[in-house]
Amino acid sequence: MLTRLSGWGRTAPTVARLVSPRDFEAVANVVKKSRERGVIARGLGRSYGDPAQNAGGVVLDMTRFDRIRRVDVDECLVDVEAGVSLDALMRVLLPFGLWPPVLPGTRQVTVGGAIAADVHGKGHHVVGSFGDHVRSLDLLTADGSIRELTPDGEGSALFWATVGGMGLTGVVLRATLRVVPVETSYFVVDTERLDNLDDLLARQSADDDRYAESVSWFDATATGPRLGRGVLTRANHARRDDLPAKPRRDPLAFDAPRLFTVPDVLPSGLLNRATARAFSELWYRKSPTRSGQVQNITQFLHPLDVIGEWNRGYGPRGFLQYQFVVPFAAVDVIRRVVERIASSGHVSALNVLKRFGPGNRAPLSFPGPGWTLCVDLPVRPGLGELCDGLDELVLGAGGRHYLAKESRATAEAVRRGYPRFEEWRAVRASVDPDGVFASDMSRRLEL
Amino acid sequence: MIDAVGNPQSVLVLGGTSEIALAVIRRYTGARKPRVVLAARPSPRRDAAVAELTAEGVPVTALDFDARDVGGHSAVLDKAFADGGVDVALVAFGVLGDAERAWQDHEAAIELAEVNYTGAVSVGVGLAERLRAQGHGVIVALSSVAGERVRRSNFVYGSTKAGMDAFYQGLGEALRPHGVTVTVVRPGFVRTRMTEGLRPAPLSSTADQVAEVVVTAVRDRRELVWAPAPLRLVMSALRHLPRAVFRRLPV
Ligand SMILES: Cc1cc2nc3c(=O)[nH]c(=O)nc-3n(C[C@H](O)[C@H](O)[C@H](O)COP(=O)(O)OP(=O)(O)OC[C@H]3O[C@@H](n4cnc5c(N)ncnc54)[C@H](O)[C@@H]3O)c2cc1C
Repeated sequence: MLTRLSGWGRTAPTVARLVSPRDFEAVANVVKKSRERGVIARGLGRSYGDPAQNAGGVVLDMTRFDRIRRVDVDECLVDVEAGVSLDALMRVLLPFGLWPPVLPGTRQVTVGGAIAADVHGKGHHVVGSFGDHVRSLDLLTADGSIRELTPDGEGSALFWATVGGMGLTGVVLRATLRVVPVETSYFVVDTERLDNLDDLLARQSADDDRYAESVSWFDATATGPRLGRGVLTRANHARRDDLPAKPRRDPLAFDAPRLFTVPDVLPSGLLNRATARAFSELWYRKSPTRSGQVQNITQFLHPLDVIGEWNRGYGPRGFLQYQFVVPFAAVDVIRRVVERIASSGHVSALNVLKRFGPGNRAPLSFPGPGWTLCVDLPVRPGLGELCDGLDELVLGAGGRHYLAKESRATAEAVRRGYPRFEEWRAVRASVDPDGVFASDMSRRLEL
Repeated sequence: MIDAVGNPQSVLVLGGTSEIALAVIRRYTGARKPRVVLAARPSPRRDAAVAELTAEGVPVTALDFDARDVGGHSAVLDKAFADGGVDVALVAFGVLGDAERAWQDHEAAIELAEVNYTGAVSVGVGLAERLRAQGHGVIVALSSVAGERVRRSNFVYGSTKAGMDAFYQGLGEALRPHGVTVTVVRPGFVRTRMTEGLRPAPLSSTADQVAEVVVTAVRDRRELVWAPAPLRLVMSALRHLPRAVFRRLPV
């Protein structure tokens, strides 16, 4: 069926034939019959830009492949189909006392999407990214064959090209993931409120390694000396003994409230300077410094999941997310980017800052040692120029963009940011010489 | 592809020496350098445009294109699309002619009809087929307020623009489900080569001002715009005037 598709930012919709195959054989048939405009897999469409859409071609909806085939409690392994969401996976694992070690800011992503973008969570500095926990995966390649790939040994180059490969090496059908044991579904959280960016950066640098999860939010609307005032939240998984009596009776409990869904009729510009300032003020006020607080999953990890479809709050013109990483030595770039945005007249209410740990072997994996900053910017005139300017700062400092969020950079920017790009390209060319796998992003960035 | 903030990667101009179209190209080739295809009859003006863009580092190709040679349109479009498709296509050719000659001289009338209407329909069908296969893209049709309420003073031209305007609006509806946007732009009096020697009408504009309207409309995926914007109201009033009154207006 011809369907208009866009990413979470709702910025550049295009039309493709969306197909929802029922079994792997049907997927193979779609791939084998693909024509000039090619095929791309799509999970839950939570990437912000255009990697899961394919104008004039075929888009494979993978969400029907949602079976969790096996949970091995002793070995801490799960065998899942690629369309399983991390939300479903987490819910199934918890009663076993197991936990998916890498959860991004929303759990509404599929395993396939998490592999293709090699997603990271607040615990990257300790556990690495999603690909680090994949024991094996089945990849359907352009020739219609299915290969089982592992991180080491034969086929490992293709494995690591698939991790972070944005669906361009083939379709992930199934994966075996390593998970970790937990005693409870709660976190013991330390919250610190800091009144400027320098303090925030310094504090976050000081002792991140004591925490399994660490992230900070900051206010990009406050100006002058309060620029970048923020809230640092860091946590460890609660042990049973950490819990007060009541939750201790059901330590692995989980229920996620969904309060309301944003309707689809909001005008552009609802998020303006005034609302962003009000939101930022609120967020800052609600988070006074305190330590050792016990919080549940939604409170700590996914406060935004309480609002369904919140991306509509940005109105029909959509928004983009600008996320990059720069080496620790280039921390100054963080400051300059924040200043530029604050003085640009563009508004970002959701600003997230995190320290990454070491990267992995995947040539297109995003995380690497350094600071990552992520801002949400509604599309307005002048935004393109602002971002082009930020690119110079980021790339000049040896940084790079996150492809799962990318929607407006250039082909050269990706090549500069990912020095191993050609190595990845060679692997892709060897398994897909005719470019059967293609997306709007692959055409836009010449991937 | 067109990115999240509206930057196209490739722009095709049919009628590649149109001042408005070149002003649009200049706006698109500021910071980014999209691929540009200028389809026009060979002329020193076309050569100059190619030279100017090349000097600025814009990858530009010139194609021989004659609006009246409808048989050759398909081949021209094939070449224009060969390098990875077209994101924004401007239908920018047209002739104004001598208004009094145009309704009394058979050949002059037919030339206007063939270039402005038949030629526009011909490339419209060809663009539609190709953009539809792409699943995305924008066609910008440079229409005119002259077609909105046709005046005695230039009704042959006006009638051709009325026809092409209606065609492209309908085409926009037909292409909507295929991810393609058609933007019909209705400039008023534009002070260009084409109107040299004519007395500017009220609310006249420059090619550059029209270009600004075009680029904004494409970015916002608008389907019908006036240049300048207030003409929309003026034309709406004019459209509803009784003939007897309209006849006496000094427009
Ligand atoms: C609110 C929010 C917060 C987020 N926070 C984070 C965060 O903290 N950290 C982080 O890393 N990311 C974050 N993201 C981004 C998100 O995790 C990634 O974009 C992820 O890839 C989305 O998964 P998906 O299933 O929705 O995939 P889609 O968006 O549908 O697709 C993304 C890519 O995966 C490919 N793909 C999908 N399924 C398959 C498959 N079966 N086989 C091969 N390729 C496939 C697609 O082709 C595409 O290239 C966030 C997104 C949102 C909306």
